[in-house]
Amino acid sequence: MRTIKSEDITQAVAKAAIEANTSLPADIYQALKEAYEQEKLPQARYILEVLLENADLAQKEGLALCQDTGLVVVNIIHGQEVYVQGDLQAAINEGIRLGYRQGHFRASVVKDPFTRDNTGDNTPCIIHSEIVPGDTMRITVFPKGAGSENMGRVAMLKPGAGVQGIIDFVVETAEIAGGSPCPPLVVGVGVGGNMEMASYLAKKALMKPLGMPGPHPELQQTLLDSINQTGIGPQGLGGRTTALGVNLEVYPTHIASLPVAVNLGCHSTRRCTIEL
Amino acid sequence: MELKVLKPPLTGETVQMLRAGDFVTLQGIIYTARDAAHQRMVRAIADGEPLPFDPAGQVIYYTGPCPGFDNHPIGSCGPTTSSRMDGYTVDLLKLGLKGMIGKGERSKEVREAMREYQAVYLATIGGAGAYLSRRVVKAEIVAYQDLGPEAIMRLEIVDFPCIVAVDVHGGNLYREFTKGEK
Repeated sequence: MRTIKSEDITQAVAKAAIEANTSLPADIYQALKEAYEQEKLPQARYILEVLLENADLAQKEGLALCQDTGLVVVNIIHGQEVYVQGDLQAAINEGIRLGYRQGHFRASVVKDPFTRDNTGDNTPCIIHSEIVPGDTMRITVFPKGAGSENMGRVAMLKPGAGVQGIIDFVVETAEIAGGSPCPPLVVGVGVGGNMEMASYLAKKALMKPLGMPGPHPELQQTLLDSINQTGIGPQGLGGRTTALGVNLEVYPTHIASLPVAVNLGCHSTRRCTIEL
Repeated sequence: MELKVLKPPLTGETVQMLRAGDFVTLQGIIYTARDAAHQRMVRAIADGEPLPFDPAGQVIYYTGPCPGFDNHPIGSCGPTTSSRMDGYTVDLLKLGLKGMIGKGERSKEVREAMREYQAVYLATIGGAGAYLSRRVVKAEIVAYQDLGPEAIMRLEIVDFPCIVAVDVHGGNLYREFTKGEK
């Protein structure tokens, strides 16, 4: 058994929250740069140029890349040999509270979906955890804006719909979303499991860096090409780059099911992973 | 690239000169308002109560900024998704609102009302919150402070970049790409 103190988790989460919100991941920055070089339409080029400048400025001055610093998803890969001293969930939320205060980030969470009073400190976050063998803990802090989150969809397809059914659903999701989720997008697709598992897979897919090896690289490429053929473009104002990448995650499913979830990420899909 | 400069308050005449696809910059005063502020303003209109500012000729920016720090009046302040304001917009257009800044498509109802009441919809760059914050030289809360980031603010802006997305002549930069026309 290895012991990790909850105070150390709080400090690490706070630091990761600041890093995630102010520093665009290198893979996304690179993809935006390549998109800029490929675009021909003046508005698409202009938008991508500003987004690169925005990322440079945010990093240099410690400013939030986007004012929507999100409802934070925290994903914990928890080695089963790790013992956490103290309250793990409270420690993570304290880290978010601290990081958001220190970073001067917006409080975007309401306490109750009906009464809608702002909690004032951007907590609580949404915590997912997986128990795995080992004695380390990997924590990913993933601030997720609502503009893109609101445009995600889940479908319980018939198994007969097959690969084409999945492609149609994913592309249709991008088309319905149009300019609202801040394209160029990162698209997380979860296939299999059941309803909540497909959604979780889609979120996990979105947390992965672009271009990571996935279970079905050809399908990933087909999905990316099909989304980019829509012409929605940066900010929905037209262009070649509607998505920077598609990540796919799969899981075994029921003989009668073909669940598909699409979780859309904006061009500022932010993440920071720490290992304790 | 021709660049038009807009200085609110805007007139119907200015609005008519704009075409979807035009690059413009804004100078002067605009007001922020998003979901909760719109809900309150529309309720105030229904109840015959005064609004925090007279919308006639003005421009509303759909944003909920991060707080300012290090002597900057405002933090990151990019646009939020405009379609969530669609249900409240016609009431404001009727009172003379001349411009809206946001991101993403508008409903058919809003586009038709924009034509009738002569108003323009401007897209600015979603996710460029840090960049846009440096175009704001002054920011003060004018109403609904209890709403936190959703309070109404008066912003003084300089060289604030936008693209005309929906004009009064039927031009709509989004139309040809988007599925599921509402």
